[in-house]
Amino acid sequence: MSRISEHPTPEGAALHRFLVFLSAATLFLIVAGALVTSNDAGLSVPDWPTSFGSFRMPPMVGGIFYEHGHRLVAGTVGLLTILLTVWVLMKEGRPWMKKLAGVALFCVVVQAVLGGITVRFFLPPPVSTFHACVAQIFFSLIVSMAVFTSRGWRSSTVHLEDPWGISLRVLSAASVGVIFLQLFLGAAFRHFWFNVIPHVANAVVVTVMILWTAAAVIKRFGNEPFLKRPAIAAMALLVGQLILGPGAYFLLVAATHDPQPTQPMVSVTVAHVVVGAMTLAAMLVLMLRTFRVVAPRHRTAENMEMARSVTG
Amino acid sequence: MRTMKASLLLILVVSLVAALSVGCSKKTENTEETGANQAAPTPIDQSTVATITGKVSYTGTKPTPKVIHMDTEPACAAANSGPVYTQELEVNSNNTLKDVFVAVTDGANNYTFAVPSTAVTIDQKGCRYHPHVLGLMAGQTLQIENSDHTTHNIHPMPKDNPEWNTSMPQGSQPLEKKFGRSELLIPVKCNVHPWMKAYIGVTKNPFFAVTGDDGSFEIKGLPPGTYTLTAFQEKLGQQTMQVTVGAKETKTADFTFKGE
Repeated sequence: MSRISEHPTPEGAALHRFLVFLSAATLFLIVAGALVTSNDAGLSVPDWPTSFGSFRMPPMVGGIFYEHGHRLVAGTVGLLTILLTVWVLMKEGRPWMKKLAGVALFCVVVQAVLGGITVRFFLPPPVSTFHACVAQIFFSLIVSMAVFTSRGWRSSTVHLEDPWGISLRVLSAASVGVIFLQLFLGAAFRHFWFNVIPHVANAVVVTVMILWTAAAVIKRFGNEPFLKRPAIAAMALLVGQLILGPGAYFLLVAATHDPQPTQPMVSVTVAHVVVGAMTLAAMLVLMLRTFRVVAPRHRTAENMEMARSVTG
Repeated sequence: MRTMKASLLLILVVSLVAALSVGCSKKTENTEETGANQAAPTPIDQSTVATITGKVSYTGTKPTPKVIHMDTEPACAAANSGPVYTQELEVNSNNTLKDVFVAVTDGANNYTFAVPSTAVTIDQKGCRYHPHVLGLMAGQTLQIENSDHTTHNIHPMPKDNPEWNTSMPQGSQPLEKKFGRSELLIPVKCNVHPWMKAYIGVTKNPFFAVTGDDGSFEIKGLPPGTYTLTAFQEKLGQQTMQVTVGAKETKTADFTFKGE
């Protein structure tokens, strides 16, 4: 039986395709979850884990469409994650990938329980916020696993030096950190835990960090598409977020006295959440790739030469 | 292997938390009837009781009611022949306000009142609550009906009473609930149809009223004394007024809310 290793194999390519599919499914799940919040439908199904006392399909009307639809998509992603875990346990040769699969499955369980608690306890803001954050952590894990199984990852080695200014490793890791913090602050605002000010203040930090990191990539490694592509993607997504963020806020304020969530408000707030997740994913890909191909500062040119000769 | 065991252990712990959360939430639902007024009623000399009447006026620009769009729910759209408007600030033709809850909030605390044995009914009809604002005494039964051909959930969001959220499918039997503690006002919503909103005033005494199409109210049966009268409007807030009534007296207490 062949095992998936650092080197490209057909098995590895199949697992990579599955992980890309699961990443897309998770992003769709984030859309479904954001629709529940924006449509104020979180308690339209008052029980959990059943829906209206059974596991049968309820009438998909009003808020039930969003809440039960979210549960169906979540259940599907959960099943896909079980499949992923079995696949990785059976076929992956890298022990740390097995651990990552275990953590992903654990996230699914935690997420289901947080979803249940948030329904049973009438949307407590901290629980609803952590439910949103665990979704981003799970998404990040699946995206990371997709990166680790990609052809580019498996065929690349450390071959770049980064002696200029603050290292790209530090910049990209800091960017991932501030983007995740931004998603937490956004979720806390959406779930009535914090006001909007921390989210707006951190948006400035996120903007600076993404632009700084992307500029560093273009300036230092502009001829390396492996790094340049996710950097450009992160910048493009940032531009989108800078339009969607204020738009979402003003539509939300404008809809305060409307009898029901308005379609423009729902569309823009959901897009803001989803593009936020995609921005995190783009910067995460850049960070992982940076750690893969850019040598740490302490590594000498001799060490790099040694690495080339071993892997070559 | 050790990681897998640790993961399994964590899954078990999380499952336990989930089971506990379900148990805890059921306990919350079961405590809803505590605090009902159990003491014997204080005798009141009916030959001396007084009445407070009044009206709730509105000044300012008359708001334009917003249309509720029910097209996402065919059963709701079919239940209404014409456009349906919001009820958060309804100004009557005589510039008075409809659905203002007026209650004695102080001055009657030395009395104990019998909790009425009759239920107060709220109906979900045409995907709206009827009535939009209602009052009842702490411990009195609230009967909830669903006359619609669709599923609703009724979800009061009190601060001092246990919160609950109960589904009512089409054709379901009326639901009976009680609020153990006085609370003004408890917002009620349907999470399936986010435009459905109602307000419930839960009082310690029977001295309350809700203004109607002429903006007037009448509170009868008050023992002589000085009372604090409070008028609650869901959008404009609340106003209070001191009123002293003598034996058999009828006093007028008018409120005026200012709009934008």
